[in-house]
Amino acid sequence: MSRDARAISDLVVPRSGQSVWLVTLSAAAMAFLAVFALALAVSAAQLARGWSAQLAQTATVRISAPPDEMERQTALVLEVLRTTPGIAEARVMDSAEQAALLEAWLGPDLPLDALPIPRLIELLETDAGPDRQGLRLRLSAEAPGAVYDDHTRWRRPLVQAAARLQALAIVALGLIGVVMTVIITLAASASLASNGQVIAVLRLLGARDRFIARAFVRRISRRALLGSALGTLVAGALLWVLPDLGSTVQPLAGFGLQGPSWALLLVIPPLTMALAWTASLATAFHVLRGVT
Amino acid sequence: MIVFEDVSHDYGGGPLFRDVSITLGAGSFHFLTGPSGAGKSTLLKLCYGELIPSAGRVSVMGQDRRQMTRDEMAATRQRIGIVHQDCRFLDHLSVAQNVGLPLTATGRPLPQGDLTDLLGWVGLGDRADALPPTLSGGERQRAALARAVIGAPTLLLADEPTGNLDWDMSQRLLLLMMELNRMGTAVLIATHDMNLIRFAKSHVQARVLRISGRKLTAAGAEL
Repeated sequence: MSRDARAISDLVVPRSGQSVWLVTLSAAAMAFLAVFALALAVSAAQLARGWSAQLAQTATVRISAPPDEMERQTALVLEVLRTTPGIAEARVMDSAEQAALLEAWLGPDLPLDALPIPRLIELLETDAGPDRQGLRLRLSAEAPGAVYDDHTRWRRPLVQAAARLQALAIVALGLIGVVMTVIITLAASASLASNGQVIAVLRLLGARDRFIARAFVRRISRRALLGSALGTLVAGALLWVLPDLGSTVQPLAGFGLQGPSWALLLVIPPLTMALAWTASLATAFHVLRGVT
Repeated sequence: MIVFEDVSHDYGGGPLFRDVSITLGAGSFHFLTGPSGAGKSTLLKLCYGELIPSAGRVSVMGQDRRQMTRDEMAATRQRIGIVHQDCRFLDHLSVAQNVGLPLTATGRPLPQGDLTDLLGWVGLGDRADALPPTLSGGERQRAALARAVIGAPTLLLADEPTGNLDWDMSQRLLLLMMELNRMGTAVLIATHDMNLIRFAKSHVQARVLRISGRKLTAAGAEL
């Protein structure tokens, strides 16, 4: 379409009309929601990846033994671990670290010396990891009070929960797209219906359906772009000033949009415009078929 | 240009007219008269394809209206100038923009000089930037005629084009239509104004069609 044709196309549809504002407002609202759904989807994916990576290569050996046996069994376990392929590093956690782990449940003034607390050995595994079944058998033979825990028990549900959260966020994004399409279709129908006289005159003057449809589609798409940009901007700003959950709840570190993932927000306005273009074009041609 | 073959039209309450057969040839000049409600506007609408006949066949510019695609209908209407009784403007556009719309909305160039000359000829030179709702009835009819002729149509259809005009302006507009006719445009004017018909017949070879009692007649003979 030439510049002159675009200029005329922009002129023939009256600028006023509630239906056109309805598109702007609904696009803004939907973009606002889409930003949070997108942030949730990205965060859930980041959390699932982070938790999976952090926990996949760590394990713990817990030693429960009488106080006079503890040092001997610890030494035996460390020797077993040192000679086990797949273990990169084994480190006995000191009392302060164990107290820090228990602080959340038992408070800060924990008399560790007075309690029969098991000793914990933190393992860092290689990429290939150890033969877990073999390691368990060797530990039970050398140090009966030692239990190897590769975190599978609670790692799997955590990763599954994050993956489900991500799936829900993606479904929410899809629903937002569907609702936006429905609203824009209704707004386009209302706009075309309220401009029946304009359409009839243009048809009688020899204007083709393509010209008439594009006149409405351009107006509706621009409004959708404007509304979507505003909604994205406001939601992005709110997301930016949200407190960093990771600084207070360590496992949630990385929740929210981080670094390059902010660029994903730039996709929302053009995507909304493309959606508006497609929905309003289809509606316009459908309505025009009823006009001679 | 336009051929009606045994055309009848019915809005649902019985036929408005029956078995009408006429041919409007290239360069012809016709008046259509008859009492109110006889079907003059309907017959014009059949000519430019806004209506499809209940029975019979209407050919517009050599094409059967029923067989025409929407794009073909649009292309055909680009060759027809229409003056509606109610003028039908886009009220948010200026008079000049409305008059130029048949060209601009169909991708044809609009020479500004021609537009200015035409507006001056119909006495709307100083109203070019006015919006249609601010025009008087006569000004609206003049603007509607200017819009109908700006694209140099091969067929001009006018429904009561001088109903709100004084005699001087009516003659002026009729002279414009006669000038177009001399250049080859076929003209069909629906009107009650017998003075207008007499004036035209003294200048051009014009035929008068009368629609009455569900029949179309010419010079007293049934068509």
